Amino acid sequence: MRRRLVLLVPATLVFLLAGGPAWACGGLVNANGSVTLVRTTTLAAYHLGVEHYVTSFQFAGVGGEFGSIVPLPGVPSKVVRAGDWTLQRLVQETQPVLRFAALATPAAADAKVLLETQIDALDVTVLKGGGTAVGNWAREHGFLLPPDAPEVLDFYANRSPIFMAVRFNGDRAKEQGISQGEGTPVHVVIPTTNPWVPLRILGLGAPADAPIEADVFLLTDREPALLPAPVEAGGSSSPLVGVAPEGSPRPGLVLDRSEPASGSLLSDLRSDKGMQWLPPSGMWLTYMRVDANAGALKYDLAVDATGAGRPSPVAAGLSPRDASALNEVATRIWPVALAALALVAGIATGAWLGRNRLRPRVG
Amino acid sequence: MRVGVRLVLAIALIAVPAACRPAAANPGVRTVEITIHYSHFDPTKLEFAPGTTVRFVVRNTDPIDHEFILGDAEVQEVHELGTEAHHQPRPGEMSIPAGTTRTTTYTFVRSGSLIFGCHLPGHYAFGMRGSVTVA
Repeated sequence: MRRRLVLLVPATLVFLLAGGPAWACGGLVNANGSVTLVRTTTLAAYHLGVEHYVTSFQFAGVGGEFGSIVPLPGVPSKVVRAGDWTLQRLVQETQPVLRFAALATPAAADAKVLLETQIDALDVTVLKGGGTAVGNWAREHGFLLPPDAPEVLDFYANRSPIFMAVRFNGDRAKEQGISQGEGTPVHVVIPTTNPWVPLRILGLGAPADAPIEADVFLLTDREPALLPAPVEAGGSSSPLVGVAPEGSPRPGLVLDRSEPASGSLLSDLRSDKGMQWLPPSGMWLTYMRVDANAGALKYDLAVDATGAGRPSPVAAGLSPRDASALNEVATRIWPVALAALALVAGIATGAWLGRNRLRPRVG
Repeated sequence: MRVGVRLVLAIALIAVPAACRPAAANPGVRTVEITIHYSHFDPTKLEFAPGTTVRFVVRNTDPIDHEFILGDAEVQEVHELGTEAHHQPRPGEMSIPAGTTRTTTYTFVRSGSLIFGCHLPGHYAFGMRGSVTVA
């Protein structure tokens, strides 16, 4: 009987999944169907029309095979081993050192294989196909897909039929001396005009009320417009994305940092393996925390780094209903904003006229 | 003699189609089609009169395997806790590999409530179940 691969899900855009200290990939579906959730970390960088995903896959031990399926926004031009500390350096930049130190303790046609490569003990396959085709490929290659996988695969395939399947080769890991819990960073280079960060996949296989936590770093040429818009740290949850149908409310996406990337950060990142594409200056750093119930995490993160300020609802994976809800919110907000603007303008005009009336005439 | 051969052939021509005729054609057997999509059954609520024999035709449109287990709560619990990877065809119980259609026939003898569900890891908890009212 063929051994089954346990599907280790969530890795996202250039995301190196590092959970504070323990780099990993979101949810691990165990052989009995239960899910082990771990905090994940991702870096998604977008520069000159190219998206760079850096993610890390954590070895769960030679006793059990496991793998991941990562949806991608386009066909990668290369998939290589990433530098060893890019994610750690980003965490260091955005989180207090003490906290970091404390955490550091540890249809279908057939899917078409576009690329196959090995990175350390990882076997990486980039696939093109619909949700059913990719699901069939995964099943035939020993992945144990959880019951929500068919819908989630279609959710992604409807926007981008590109997936990256990753599996640990236990024998090679043993030969290479890779120990349990050790992460292998992967850098995926994806030319695309439409960057987005897969978030929904983080909840694959998890119960609706399970907490999903992840760190997402963005590096872009300018301050990006995001959809769903994250809430400020300490702020209320987004009406669209925050509250699970069941379970305790969680804020969804929390914006912790949005600022020009420091020269020292960029210099340090550029000195890591494969990161020389990063310009020495002029990049914008965004750091967000995903803090949501799996049942509420039905969206991805659309990024508009062009300066147009219009992130795509489609890229965010929002349903037409959600998109129209956003439009309604915008429709409700615009009159209020215009009224407020008119009020401010009126006050300013009145003040100006008042000042002119009171101003002593000369001459 | 020739008449005898013709008679045998005629009987054979009648008998073969009768043997191949699907059970659905049996007026005593009712056929119900169930579709599995995104790990959910459709429909999820069924009603039959006691004594009805039903031929369930279950179509799995998902790229993952599923199963159809019909029985009371105790049966569901046994399967939820069980380790049987695949089910041989038994009345009301069957595995349905990805992208396939399977059939099973079941007779509802007594009044009461039954459940049909899938007990592959995580599927039942995900909501992959339906109910049958026999009244």
